[in-house]
Amino acid sequence: MENTRNKEYYISEFKKTEQSMNGEASSAFHQIRKQAIARFDEMGFPTVKNEDWKYTNVKQLFDFDFTGGSAGVVTKKDVDALHIKGLNENIIVLVNGVYSEKLSYIKKQNSGIIIENLNSVLKNNPELVLEHIGKYASIENGFTALNTAFAKEGTVIFIPDNAEVKGHIHILNITGEAGKHILTQPRNLIVTGKNTKVNIIESYHSTGIEENFVNAVSEVVVGENSSVEIYRLQQENSGSFHINRTQAVQARNSVFTHYSVTLGGGLVRNDTNVLLDAENCTGNLYGLYLTEGSQHVDNHTLIDHAKPHCQSNEMYKGVLNDNSRGVFNGKVFVREDAQKTNAYQSNKAILLANTATIDTKPQLEIYADDVKCSHGAAIGQLDDEAVFYLRSRGIGADLAKTVLIRAFANDIFETIENEAFHEHLNNLVFEKLG
Amino acid sequence: MSTDLSNVEELAISDYKYGFETDIEMDVVPKGLSEETIRIISAKKNEPEWMLEWRLKAYRHWLTIKHEDQPHWANISYPAVDFQDIIYYAAPKRKIELKSLDEVDPELLKTFEKLGISLQEQKRLTGVAVDAVFDSVSVTTTFKEELSRLGIIFCSMSEAIQEHPELVKKYIGSVVPYTDNFYAALNSAVFTDGSFCYIPKGVRCPMELSTYFRINTSGTGQFERTLLIADEGGYVSYLEGCTAPMRDENQLHAAVVELIAMDDATIKYSTVQNWYPGDKEGKGGIYNFVTKRGACRGNNSKITWTQVETGSAITWKYPSCILQGDNSIGEFYSVAVTNNHQQADTGTKMIHLGKNTKSTIVSKGISAGKSNNSYRGLVKVHKNADNARNFTQCDSLLIGDRCGAHTFPYIEVSNESAKVEHEATTSKIGEDQLFYLRQRGIAQEDAINLIVNGYCKDVFRELPMEFAVEAQKLLSISLEGSVG
Amino acid sequence: MLTVKDLFVRVEDKEILKGINLEVNAGEVHAIMGPNGSGKSTLANVIAGKDGYEVTGGSVTMDGMDLLDMSPEERAREGVFLAFQYPVEIPGVSNATFLKTALNEIRKHKGLEELDAMNFLKFMREKMKVVGIDEKLINRPVNQGFSGGEKKRNEIFQLQMLQPKLAVLDETDSGLDIDALKIVSNGVNLFRSKENAVVVVTHYQRLLDYIIPDFVHVLVDGRIVKSGGKELALELEEKGYDWVINPEPAAATV
Repeated sequence: MENTRNKEYYISEFKKTEQSMNGEASSAFHQIRKQAIARFDEMGFPTVKNEDWKYTNVKQLFDFDFTGGSAGVVTKKDVDALHIKGLNENIIVLVNGVYSEKLSYIKKQNSGIIIENLNSVLKNNPELVLEHIGKYASIENGFTALNTAFAKEGTVIFIPDNAEVKGHIHILNITGEAGKHILTQPRNLIVTGKNTKVNIIESYHSTGIEENFVNAVSEVVVGENSSVEIYRLQQENSGSFHINRTQAVQARNSVFTHYSVTLGGGLVRNDTNVLLDAENCTGNLYGLYLTEGSQHVDNHTLIDHAKPHCQSNEMYKGVLNDNSRGVFNGKVFVREDAQKTNAYQSNKAILLANTATIDTKPQLEIYADDVKCSHGAAIGQLDDEAVFYLRSRGIGADLAKTVLIRAFANDIFETIENEAFHEHLNNLVFEKLG
Repeated sequence: MSTDLSNVEELAISDYKYGFETDIEMDVVPKGLSEETIRIISAKKNEPEWMLEWRLKAYRHWLTIKHEDQPHWANISYPAVDFQDIIYYAAPKRKIELKSLDEVDPELLKTFEKLGISLQEQKRLTGVAVDAVFDSVSVTTTFKEELSRLGIIFCSMSEAIQEHPELVKKYIGSVVPYTDNFYAALNSAVFTDGSFCYIPKGVRCPMELSTYFRINTSGTGQFERTLLIADEGGYVSYLEGCTAPMRDENQLHAAVVELIAMDDATIKYSTVQNWYPGDKEGKGGIYNFVTKRGACRGNNSKITWTQVETGSAITWKYPSCILQGDNSIGEFYSVAVTNNHQQADTGTKMIHLGKNTKSTIVSKGISAGKSNNSYRGLVKVHKNADNARNFTQCDSLLIGDRCGAHTFPYIEVSNESAKVEHEATTSKIGEDQLFYLRQRGIAQEDAINLIVNGYCKDVFRELPMEFAVEAQKLLSISLEGSVG
Repeated sequence: MLTVKDLFVRVEDKEILKGINLEVNAGEVHAIMGPNGSGKSTLANVIAGKDGYEVTGGSVTMDGMDLLDMSPEERAREGVFLAFQYPVEIPGVSNATFLKTALNEIRKHKGLEELDAMNFLKFMREKMKVVGIDEKLINRPVNQGFSGGEKKRNEIFQLQMLQPKLAVLDETDSGLDIDALKIVSNGVNLFRSKENAVVVVTHYQRLLDYIIPDFVHVLVDGRIVKSGGKELALELEEKGYDWVINPEPAAATV
């Protein structure tokens, strides 16, 4: 039962952390952590017997004793190189999972707006955190339980009604320390009031080649008439583990748009879920993953239509090379009340090598009758004739492939309204395809 | 003007027109399951030792499967089945070996006439060879002589075990081993009869072969076993129909069907399933837990499953194709209708192993009343299955606002040259379409039928003519009383 | 034949028709004209019995029968025919099957014998010639893959097949080129007789060059604000709807 041994490891780590706490152990927030570790003890890590984890085996995680790291290993120069042109007005940097004040930069914002490290909000304004944390990302598996149990670092973005946010907000995570396997468990909380708009970039990077483990959870509340856009970029090294859970809940007339871009990482599992919890909401989930080597990228999405007159659009595209493996599981759930739902889902993948694998399971579960739902999945390869056509015009084989892959991904690019992100992603894709 | 809806709801839900019981003396083995039961069944059928051994092995394996390990992934719910409360063998008391139709119990013939399959008529007019299975045993097979002139064997499973043991021994369990799943193990242990068919090399079966299944005796389970082999270059089109009387309790039907197609052989297997679905409160009805699988063993072989499922309280069924031979083709065309409290979880598996294999899946689900209808499918392309192609179209139609439609397609691809396409839609029956038809003088119920039949056309097209007509009728019957 | 009396209709919370009065006799052609959103299509749909319209006052009768009390199919069987503005596509149901079903339902209702396949085919072929409809369209699913013009022509073909008492044409001219317009109009004109009546709902005058109305009514904001002979249509064409919506100041001071 190596599973138990590893479970025990995290539980004993929790106890150690608890002992080193002073007054905090009696805080209301710590009670949430305690409940979470108890849940973790019950659930342990998911196994492939669990239908939701059928294609993703996390047992490699048990090969490593993950620990915390220090913040001092990254220089300003390293961080500056990761800034994204046009999206760098506000930068929050976490090094090895710990907020770095000296590397971060936050514009002076209008009063009431909070863009701050979770740890400091827990000290200054614990009620705000208590009101929301764990209310949306319910504990459905051991990873969310573990993140909740260790929740301390991460970013809180709070935008009151009608407040205007200045600039984009980039949450930049850098993980890695020579000779160590680092575990970070960022916990983000994004809450917007009425009539607001915010664009957030969430990027993950590694330094060095060591295997690290990022177990991130984000909870997002989209207020009435508000719009929240999140671009998540995963660019870690090929040995890294990344388990990510993002749960958004939408109020009336709101729009939530999420881009999940996975270029790096060894074993990546994303659960990106949206609850359309009031009328006239739009939820958009877009994803692009380019994998090579022995990468394993698993995207699970859930779009939960709970109320009538909402629409959702979902499009995930993957390009898989070498021995890599892709998993897509997209569920669209239309509840009994959710009449007049319009849900569209598409999932396409290209296999570039005979040794690459894709497992996809798009699901529609529909309990309302006046709905229009469709999903499409397609798996194929680059069109040989198109490659030949380009080559006959003097374009080299590799470039021809790159051009065609970029064309395959174009449906995703077309949805991107933010020019700076559009350009950045374009550069990343060309860079990755070399 | 929405008052129309409630009017339609008031229309009584049509009676299950096959819900009569036939009064025939039956030879019944008492309820319950044990090695003893199996020995009795085997002895009654005068089976050779190897058959009994196989049954017992299956039974012992079944005992090792925990009841909680019964297939549970299907999107259906039902109370646990008490396997000791089932009659595993019930046969008409009169002698079973019949020389001609004249010897068949007249009551039995009347039953089949009520089902719309007068064996006599069939024999004279339609040229469809029929094997009729009544509760557990096959009572009569028509056209046997004519078929045997071509070398085609078409008989009951019991007879095949006696007359062609080498074929049965070679193929039984070779596609669905008794270790496959809970119900396949159970069936292997207790199956009482079923149909057997062998098409020799190069023979094209000149007529449709047909089996009708009927559960009659109260509290009986029906566990038939069908084995169909088309040898090199053979061709056969096979039809299966099912009915049962109305009863308050649930009855279990756990069949196993195995198809084997060798090089260049083609098997078309069509089912119109109309087991009693239970009443409109959800009481009674058949639990239909069936394992159907075809192996395209040979190169250029082809297996087509076509099914129209309107009956049963619960259906759990995934006719599948294992595409072993190069250039082999698997097809699945399905219409599944659920109304009232019916639950259906059905679909297919297409396992691509050979090179240049192709599969097509067309599934049309229609949910009405308070029913739940799920499509569950797997398309798997193995590493060595170069140039595999699959196209899946999976549509759900909702009638009324208390039903559910669900789609669970699994796609697993491990070969870069594969092309797999899946499309699915779920929508409500079109208000505008209904109004258009009604504006031309067509009543609401008829308008629903027209639209639904049109929606299912891609599947009906695959059925032999007579079956297609029957399927359309069944569809309208099972949708009567649904809301538009 | 058709009598609409003081008809008030709501859609959801909005009052669309605010007291319509209309008397159509056998042998007559009435044109209902009006700007977009004036309630023309609502009137056509209410006569045919479409869901989603709440009649809050008034009556619609045909030869003394209360249409509002009848289901759409009952109205159709009594002879109400609506040529749809947007004929819907019905996948898998062939035009021929559809028409045979509809025709026989209507015949049954009239106490006539149902047509068998042979006689139906014969009858259909005659009518196909009248409208000049292609055999190909007959075997295709209802309206599926039809061009806009083909759809409208199919509506008129059905009009010929079903021979109703009252034909309501809802914007039948929209999306038609001049040749198609002529063919469609010809079909309607051939249908006209002393026994039946036609109500043409249209935004533009041009259809009325081919289907000459006996009466023209102008519908604005749910009310018939002006009625007259066929010359009214020409006047409208020339002066535009503003002419009836905002009459000259002198006329407005009542």
